[in-house]
This record gives sequence, C-alpha cells and structure tokens, in this order.
Amino acid sequence: MSRFVRIGIVGGLTLMLAGAAAAQTTAPQGGGTPKKGGALQLVVTPEPPGLMLGLTQNGPTQMIASNIYESLLRYDVKLNPMPSLAKSWEISPDQTVYTFKLQDGVTWHDGKPFGADDVVFSLDVFLREVHPRWRQIANNQVKSIEKLDDLTVRITTKQPFGPFMLSQEAASAPIIPKHIYAGTDYRANPANNTPIGTGPMKFAEWRKGSFVKLVRNEAYWDKGRPLLDEMYFQFIPDAASRAVAYETGKVDVLTGGSVEVFDVARLAKLPNTCVTNGGWEMFAPHAWITPNVKNGILGNKQFRQAMMYAIDRDFGRDVIWSGYGKVPTGPISSKTKFYSDQGVTKYTYDPAKAKELVKASGYKGETIRFLSLPYGETWQRWAEAIKQNFDDVGIKMEIVSTDVPGWTQKVSNFDFDLTFNFLYQYGDPAIGVARSYVTSNIVKGNPFGNVGQYSNPEVDKLFAEAAVAPTEKRQDLYTKVQQITADDLPLLWLLEMDFPTVSRCNVKDLVTTSIGVNDSAKNVWKQ
Amino acid sequence: MTFLARFSRNRGALIGLVILVVIVAAAVAAPLLYPVSPWRMVSRPFLAPLVNDRYPFGTDALGRDVASGLMHGARVSLLIGLVSTAVALAIGVPLGAVAGYVGGLADEAAMRFTELFQTIPSFALAIVIVAILQPSISSIVLAIALVTWPPVARLVRGEVLSLRRRDYVDAAVTLGQRTPRIIMAEILPNTVAPIIVMASLMVASAILLESSLSFLGLGDPNLMTWGYMVGAGRTRLIDAWWISFFPGLAIVLAVLALNLVGEGLSDALNPRLAGDRSR
Repeated sequence: MSRFVRIGIVGGLTLMLAGAAAAQTTAPQGGGTPKKGGALQLVVTPEPPGLMLGLTQNGPTQMIASNIYESLLRYDVKLNPMPSLAKSWEISPDQTVYTFKLQDGVTWHDGKPFGADDVVFSLDVFLREVHPRWRQIANNQVKSIEKLDDLTVRITTKQPFGPFMLSQEAASAPIIPKHIYAGTDYRANPANNTPIGTGPMKFAEWRKGSFVKLVRNEAYWDKGRPLLDEMYFQFIPDAASRAVAYETGKVDVLTGGSVEVFDVARLAKLPNTCVTNGGWEMFAPHAWITPNVKNGILGNKQFRQAMMYAIDRDFGRDVIWSGYGKVPTGPISSKTKFYSDQGVTKYTYDPAKAKELVKASGYKGETIRFLSLPYGETWQRWAEAIKQNFDDVGIKMEIVSTDVPGWTQKVSNFDFDLTFNFLYQYGDPAIGVARSYVTSNIVKGNPFGNVGQYSNPEVDKLFAEAAVAPTEKRQDLYTKVQQITADDLPLLWLLEMDFPTVSRCNVKDLVTTSIGVNDSAKNVWKQ
Repeated sequence: MTFLARFSRNRGALIGLVILVVIVAAAVAAPLLYPVSPWRMVSRPFLAPLVNDRYPFGTDALGRDVASGLMHGARVSLLIGLVSTAVALAIGVPLGAVAGYVGGLADEAAMRFTELFQTIPSFALAIVIVAILQPSISSIVLAIALVTWPPVARLVRGEVLSLRRRDYVDAAVTLGQRTPRIIMAEILPNTVAPIIVMASLMVASAILLESSLSFLGLGDPNLMTWGYMVGAGRTRLIDAWWISFFPGLAIVLAVLALNLVGEGLSDALNPRLAGDRSR
C-alpha cells in the first residue's frame, strides 16, 4: 500500500502544493547552433525540503536535483527510452531480462569513478530501502540485479512487467554514489546537504529562502554538455510576485504551476515570451471528483452518471483553467500509454439527461458535501461552478472548505462525500492509474489511494492481469478497463491538466523530454 | 430637545442613516430583484460594468452578476453584523454587570479573564477560531462575537460600578430586592445608552471582520459576501477592477454609515458631549 501512498504523495505534493514544473516546446526550439555559456534563472515553487533525489522526490527537488543526479534512462515525449547513464540496453524475448551497458568515462562530482557497483548499490540496496515507488517494483517484480562487469548491469524480473522500461526516470530511480552512502545512515549522511551525482551540473550553494545555485560540471561524460555555466533556482513565495519577477526580467523561466493559470495568458503576450504545454507527458496529471461510493446515494451508478452529465466540463476547461487542458474520456490520460476511447460511454454536458438520471436514481434531495481542495483559488472557483451545475439539475451540494492538513486527514479517513483530486500517471496505467481504482488500495491513511472505495472484482482482475501481461496483450485489457469504468464512474474525470511553462524565447531546448523541466537541463542553451 | 432633533443636528449621522437605509433596503429587496442565486453563472465572464444593461456592475470571473452579489452580500453582511453583535452583547453585558456589581474576587476573576482575550490580537484569534471550527456562518459569528465582547464587558462593568452606589440602588437593597432583580431592573436600564452606541460601532467592526475573513478565504463557502467578492476578484484587479471595486466600496460605505450613525446616537443620547463637539 505504501507504494501507492507514496506515489500519490509525491504526485500530489508535487503538483499541488507547489504547482510543479513544466516545460517548453518539445520538438522545435532548436533554431540555431547551440551556444555555450550563460546563466539560467528559474522559478521553482515551493522551496524543496532537500536536494538528495534518492531520498526526496517531490517536484521542486526533482527540478533542481535532476541536474545533479542521473538515472539509467531518459524518455522522449512519446515515452520511448533514451540513453542516459545507460549507453544501450537489451531486452530478452520473454521480456524478463534487461541488460544495461553503461557509459564509460563517467565520474562522480568528487572525482571518483562511476561503475556498475554504483548502479547495483542504488537499485538493489539504497532505493529498495528508501524509495517508495522503486521499492514496490524491486520487491514485487524484480528477481535479481547483478553486475556482469564494470560497465554492465543485468536486471531480471520475475515475470514480464510492462512498465519496467518506464521505471528508470531520474526521480524514479536516481543512481547515487556507493562510496559515499554504503554502510551509512542514509538520511543522516552529511553528504545530503552537498549532493554528489554524475549529472551535468554540480551543487554550488543553497541560500535558504532565496535560491539554489548550480555550476557546470567540467568533467561531464557527455562531451560538449552542459551548455550553461550556471543555473539559479529562485524561491519566491507568492504567485503574483513570481509573475512580476518574470515581467521585470529577474527570471527566465516560470516552471509549470508557478503562476496562476490566468496569468499565463497575460504573460504569454509579453515580447520574447514562449509558452509550452509540453514536458508533462510522463506525469499526465489527471484531475477528477472522487465520489465516496460508500455514502448513500453516491453508491448509485445512475446518480454518478447524472453528476457527470450535469457538470459542464468544457466550461471548467475554458473559463476556470483559461483553456488549458483537455476533457478526458476515462481513467487513463490520452498522454499515457494504452489510452483508448474506443467503445467508452461519452459524457457531454446535458442537464436534461442529468435530471432524468437524478430522478431515476431515487435521490431525495439530501445535501451532498463537497470538500474543496485547498490548492488555490482556481480550485475554489471550480467547486463553485460545479455547485451551480448541480443546482441546475436539482442536486443539493454544500461546499466545505478546509486547509491542506485538514483535506489530507479527511480524505485519508474517507470523511467526505465528494472532493477534488489529481494524480500523476507516470506513463503507464499499472503505475499511476490502477492505484485509484483497485480494491486492494482501499486503505485509510493515504489521500492518494482508492479513497472513494470503489470496488469491482472485474476491474481488479483486469488491472492485475494487464500489469504483467506481455506488451502486445496489454492494450486489450486496458481498453476493457476504460469501457467498464467509463460506465461505472468510480471517479468523475474532469480534466487532463496542462501546466504551461513560460520562458524567454531565447532559452532554447528547455523542454525536450517527457518530463520537461523536471529533467536535466544539459541541452538547454541561451541565444 | 428631543432625541430625534439632537440626532439630526449631526449632519454626518443623517448621511450615515441614509446610506444605512439604502443598504438595508438592498438587503430586503435582494430576493425580489434578484430571485436567482448570486452564484449562478448568468453571462459571459469578465463583462465590464455598463456594457450590458442587464448587468450594470458587470460580471465576475465565472460570469456571475456582480450587482446580484452586492445585494445578496448586503443581507449576509448585515445578518452577520447584527447576530455576532447580539452574541457579543449576550456574553459581555452579563459578565460586566456581575463583575461590576458583585465586585471582589468575582470582579478580579472576570476582569483577568477579559484581559486574557484582550491581549490576543483579535483578528488573529478570529482566524484561528474559524480555521479550527471550519468556515461556516455559525463559526464566523462565534469567532467575531468571541473577539468583540471584552470591551463590552469592561464598559458595562464601569457603568455598573458608578451606578451601584446610587441612592436608588441602596433603596432597592434596603427594600430587600434580590440581587439579580436589582441588576436587571435598576442598573442595566441605565447603561443602555452607551451600550447602544457601542453596539452600532460593533456592527461596523463585525462587518469589517467578516469581510476580512472572507477575503482570506475563511468565509462560509456557500454564502456570497462582499469580502468574498473582493478576495475572489483581487488577483484579477489589473484586467477586471470592477469585481473587487464595487463590493469594496460597499464595505467602506456600510462601515462608514454605521460609524456615523453611532456618533449621532452618541450625541443624541449624551447631549452634553454633543454640545462640546459642535463647538
């Protein structure tokens, strides 16, 4: 359970509290020959609790530390693996043996050589102990992690595990130095304050409450990279001040979610300003309303369908979210693998139909409490709009406001009728989607589990089979899951969220992978 | 000079009274003029004032009618102002009266208790109370009452202290009247004038407190209030000033009117002081 919990927490925190990062355009942006030099100023919100990526994986930490630490793989915008610390890889025909060839000539920031021992220590020992997401995969799916020679690592899984090749993203499985951490108390290791990785940038300074400074790693293994001399990650506590910091030229990049979404449209009109929605393909944040199906009428499928027809989701996207995002068709984001809208029930805004369904469901006018999500006014406005939508079809809803700890506590204890939530999907339904629907994840204590307590043995079975089925069989299983859940509506999906990244147009190649500015900036340059 | 004549000699008080009457009229007429909920999204978002005849004050970020919000907001503001003042009086008057009349240890205890509340910054205390109880109209009324009663208690105690030594009180004691009856029938009626003046000012400060709480997002999320409207429109001040401006103006006018009326009442109920001021 804790796996799901943590995934959720990481996802949730990343997004919400801070509004995580986002990125620039994916493909174009090249325009010209990369030029060396210069300093890049970015806004990151909020200030992270630490920079040791193996121990902390929230959004702000990742945005900074993915320049310091690296993982075996990176992922392009279609979620295909690209080399990082792994130069190449082979997968056995039965999809259970993965052999990674490592880059040669890699050194840690303290000058010590990097090798297969570090990879085995990181994946088999360190991360297995401290990383909530990797631990789940390592303990349940992986049979062995072995060093074949100094530059070759072999990982064998117990069965084919579809998402395995997506599991080596920078924050999901960062490689950390064995010579510093082996045999120590990981969380108390003084090196956590001066992180040492293999990445393109080195840690230089952290002025608390102000900024983190990184400088170029002259000994970086990828010759000719990085292009920047310095990176500054600025911490500015108020959203309006962050927008002003960009307007006045103090910062070059506003990472996704760091300013209110309606400010993005305003900033986009400034000269030399580029906005992109790219760089979120891996996370694909999916927003929904969770109905607590154990609470009276909310357990009634017709009533849930009535709510779905009653909500004007296009209005939410166009007015509340200033046109950013996409209205989803089901549990899996169109950015995530195995998305399908084939044969799913589609819900268009239809108050008349909603009224009929409300009547058919036997709803007697009881008040339904909506626990609003305390992540800023956009969510508050959305709750107000939905309340009016419900009012139109005769559903009585009352908004209950709370703060972040209150929301976490109430949702973790299933103490709500309806609430907003949004979670990362991590590229594969087995990692980021199933957790919100399967019966085994109905556990108190985690606001990002299956808190609506939906339980359907058929859905459980399909998710379980799909996770370990050979790749070619998985689509059918997930298509079926999407058809069943779109009819059942365990959650009322509202929006595939966009977190646009705002940046100066002369900052090139800012977003080139599926995690955008959450990835290393080794290819970024200033014109 | 009659009460009315003394009141109307203060021109500011008359102006305040007129404004107050308009606000009360708006509150009363709101459900008649705007039978539809002020939360309803009736038109295009960000419609500027006077662009569309139907929405003279424009619409907000979701296309809700600002005029409707102003009228319905008047109801909530006045309601919260009056009820929370009543609750504060219900706490402060008895406590002050008993402390002042009984004296001794009871007085000491009551006054130290009052000071405990007075030493805590009232707005901070109100925020804490509302945050703990979850924002709702009852928790807001309670919070406002809890932070505004101490001055009432002190005022009443002071008045009672000076009244209890009067001859007619001694006479009542000699006649064998019971203490509660003496306080209720002989003393409190004579403290009504300053309490009324204070209450009118307390309504004003209660409206201000409620607006501040709503502005910070600690209002009842199901009630349209002026403070909520200012808070919700605040981030759009650059491109849609009217969303915050009109409710802000309403708050200013309401508080100003209540203060002017309070001053007028003070003059009317306390002719000697009024004479001093007019000089």
